[in-house]
Amino acid sequence: MTATADRKASEDSPAAPTPIPLAAVVTSPGPWGTALRQIRRNRSAMASLVVFFLILVVCLLAPFYASSIAHTDPFASNVAGTTVIGGQTVPVLAPSTTGLGLGVTPIGPTWDLTHYFLGSDGQGRDVMARLLYGGRNSLLIGFSAALLCCLLAGIIGVLAGYFGGVVDGVLSRLLDVVWAFPVYLLAISLSVVLLTSGVRIGPISIGAGSLWLPVLIIGIVYVPYVARPIRGQVMALKEKEFVAAAIGVGSSDLRIMRRDVVPNVAPTVVVFLPLMTALSMLTESALSFLSVGVQPPQASWGTIINDGLDLLYTRPAVTLAPGIAIALTAVVLNLFGDGVREALDPRARLRGAG
Amino acid sequence: MSEPLLEVEDLRVSFRSRRGTAVAVDGLSFSLAPGEVLGVVGESGSGKSVSMMSMLGLIRDPNCTVEGSARFRGSDLVGMADKDLRVLRGRDIAMIFQDPMTSLTPVYTVGWHIAEQIRVHQSMSKARARARAVELLAEVGIPDPARRIDDYPHQFSGGMRQRAVIAMGLANNPSLLIADEPTTALDVTTQAQVLDLLRRLRRDHGSSIILITHDMGVVSQLADRVLVMYAGRAAEEGPRQEVFHHPRHPYTWGLLGSVPRARAPRVRRLPAIPGSPASALAVPSGCAFAPRCRFAHDQCAERPPLAGADHLDACWLPRDRRHELRHSLDEVATAAGDPGQQSIIVPATEEFE
Amino acid sequence: MVRFALARFGAAVFVLVSISVLVFLIFFATPGVDPAARIAGRNADQATLAQVQAEFGLDQPLPVRYALMMKHLFVDRDLTSFVNRGVLVIPQIVHAVPVTLSLVLGAAVLWMVVGVAMGTLAAAWRGRAADPLIVLVGVVGVSIPVYWLGEVVNLVTQSRLHDSVFSWVPPLGYVPLTQNPAQWALRLLFPWLTLAVLYAGIYARVLRSEMMGALDEDYVRTARAKGVSERRILIKHALRCSLIPIVSLFGLDFGALVGGSALLTEVVFGLPGVGRLTYTALQNLDLPVILGTVLYAAFFVVLSNALVDLVYAALDPRVRHV
Repeated sequence: MTATADRKASEDSPAAPTPIPLAAVVTSPGPWGTALRQIRRNRSAMASLVVFFLILVVCLLAPFYASSIAHTDPFASNVAGTTVIGGQTVPVLAPSTTGLGLGVTPIGPTWDLTHYFLGSDGQGRDVMARLLYGGRNSLLIGFSAALLCCLLAGIIGVLAGYFGGVVDGVLSRLLDVVWAFPVYLLAISLSVVLLTSGVRIGPISIGAGSLWLPVLIIGIVYVPYVARPIRGQVMALKEKEFVAAAIGVGSSDLRIMRRDVVPNVAPTVVVFLPLMTALSMLTESALSFLSVGVQPPQASWGTIINDGLDLLYTRPAVTLAPGIAIALTAVVLNLFGDGVREALDPRARLRGAG
Repeated sequence: MSEPLLEVEDLRVSFRSRRGTAVAVDGLSFSLAPGEVLGVVGESGSGKSVSMMSMLGLIRDPNCTVEGSARFRGSDLVGMADKDLRVLRGRDIAMIFQDPMTSLTPVYTVGWHIAEQIRVHQSMSKARARARAVELLAEVGIPDPARRIDDYPHQFSGGMRQRAVIAMGLANNPSLLIADEPTTALDVTTQAQVLDLLRRLRRDHGSSIILITHDMGVVSQLADRVLVMYAGRAAEEGPRQEVFHHPRHPYTWGLLGSVPRARAPRVRRLPAIPGSPASALAVPSGCAFAPRCRFAHDQCAERPPLAGADHLDACWLPRDRRHELRHSLDEVATAAGDPGQQSIIVPATEEFE
Repeated sequence: MVRFALARFGAAVFVLVSISVLVFLIFFATPGVDPAARIAGRNADQATLAQVQAEFGLDQPLPVRYALMMKHLFVDRDLTSFVNRGVLVIPQIVHAVPVTLSLVLGAAVLWMVVGVAMGTLAAAWRGRAADPLIVLVGVVGVSIPVYWLGEVVNLVTQSRLHDSVFSWVPPLGYVPLTQNPAQWALRLLFPWLTLAVLYAGIYARVLRSEMMGALDEDYVRTARAKGVSERRILIKHALRCSLIPIVSLFGLDFGALVGGSALLTEVVFGLPGVGRLTYTALQNLDLPVILGTVLYAAFFVVLSNALVDLVYAALDPRVRHV
């Protein structure tokens, strides 16, 4: 840098930072390293991450828990089964004593991990075992849908922002339409149509009861949430000198996108990933609660809450446990996501908001 | 001369942070007579703005401590309750800031801003405040003020916005106007117009003005007295003519040397002050400028007092040899093109904002 | 301003038409789905199937089918449910709208008042103990499933503590405002609170971060230099500017809720609103009703977004003059 250039810079912006000494540049860990360091210092983000991994590990152990600890099949109904509590053999489903005496009352929580820790549901199935299996599915769907959504949104956002013109016009209108469609209604409409028939897109075929169906649906409905901010960012990037320079020297579009655009929007996408995972998981649970998400005999936290509805006043644990699990998981994901946002891209906003 | 309007004594502003205590203003003293224009110059981060803002209670950082005294018409601004200070702010002392782009609330009209300024301090009907706002806009040279008064800040150009801000400052006929880099964000023509406006204002209203700037050219056009600040301390203070024609502090030499002069012999490169400004976290215990000074010697490990009668300076060099020393500096620059001088006045990061 | 309004109106109409096309495509043109069988409902006989075929022109090309559906919905307004034979869809929706509006309007008033107050206080008290607490409440707000919270509220007010603290809580259900205003409010109280608690947290959090940004702006420093009081700075300057993004967020949320996102709350609290209508239709696979409610929802979302754009322009002069 010449002294003249230096001087000009100092006149234009008196608050410009002092040039970084060369040594600092060499040892600088780069934006990702810096962000990593900052997250490690963020106590609430780190605590959230630990809690999230605990939840994840416990849920992944579901088959082990069901077969080796609780000795139960959480997917088979056990209407006539019995279990032993305090030395006495009791039926899992007792005839109801309230109201007209119709129906059955499942046993409540035994607080004993080896059987019916959280009691049984209306079909005599172990709620604890179902909770872990359900958690596995909820987390899988939440994360996969978030990943799919960020991927689709990233592609759409980059294409629309980079090419502008007609491409942008078409893609943006498409986003507008999906944006204006209430998320739950769009998801419900898609589910209603697809749940009985499945879907076939080219070589990929998803069966009617498949878990990938909610993934696909949730992944699609949230695309505008992520694509819009990315599009804006790419448009701003295009105005930057280094992109203009790349265009000027005749780099191909693909090369510019790969070298200059994608690395610059990647942090935003990464910021959105944990937040979108939480949102997708919540949406999945709502759809399952409405019986248009995960289909029986599969379980998710949402379906268990739905199972517990009829038992709400007699056996609230069936409803309470999965709800607490959802809320806890979503809280830690959101707190961790906030930490990632502070470290990587403080201005990133989903839905123009939190 | 009569009683000074503002008398600052040993003002000290420090910020506590994780990395230690940063001293932004370190024992600053000066006084300002009614109707006088004081130019305060120095690099960014030298404590010019911070000192003025701290006096007015405009620094809200809870880690900030202000000590010393600043008597305005006899009452001390330092330690004054914010409630009482607020009455003075905008009425007796107006402060306008550097960037006119962002210093007006974007959702209100220019007229609203001026009316707010008036009605905060005087009970006046909305209609009368509006009429007064039109007068003020006309006074600062906004064409068609009766119509432009309903414009929003974004509809004004940069120069017009700076004038509107000045009009706002003048609304209550303040006896002191503090202008923080009022021309920095403007192009040269507009700069000249704004300086003209300030000059007229001082003539018509008799207000005192403190003009904060890093631009020696602006100071030379307007100021009666000049205060040169370095690392939160006064390096030199005196009448404009004296400071410009017989500068005494090596730092002032550097500042004056870095202004290109049309008639001066051409130098290959603008002379620059070597090194970068002292960090507020680690101001040397002796002379703050010593690490960058060509003439630093043993005595500079001790802090020099600001000494002199009307023209004061804080330097240990023998006063009678200063002229000679300064010229030796010029010769070096002209001949060798500043070997080893990597940067000119490199602005420090504003650490206090 | 008029041109601005017209442009926004045009965009709104475009989105509305596009949504109707999208809905149509989802229900009528998804590969591998037989729309006649779906519309006719489960276990439909041949006569019903034939009737559906004829009514929706299912042997006709797609554009004709789309036109026919629109005609049924908006011109003849004679779309009928095939599950509950002969029940017209549109009057059902018209009956349900006041319930949904009552729920969402009440909740919206609550959450805006509480959210704005909390956000403003958090910004005014930044650095003090109350501030991180409000941030946490906001995170919890986005994280709790609303239907689950509703269930828990029911569990407490209708069952566990119904004999003691909450004996005054009426049973679930809806009483029209015109019939008995006191009962109307009483029955909606907990649904309002449930819906509002979550949104208030979210809004407080968003407003807080907006206001923190605003309080760092130069114009706040200018206002302070003018001698304006801290309270006036907070409200007239910082809050006024921070409300602009809040309004657009509100429009989005309000529209979505009235349009059907209140569905979960309605289901849980047994409120016969549009959301619950959709839910019941969903359980019976009553396609004509689903079709009707989804289009109604889209209409509300688009309408409220268009309104927000206008309010936005009124609030932010910079938008108006672009």
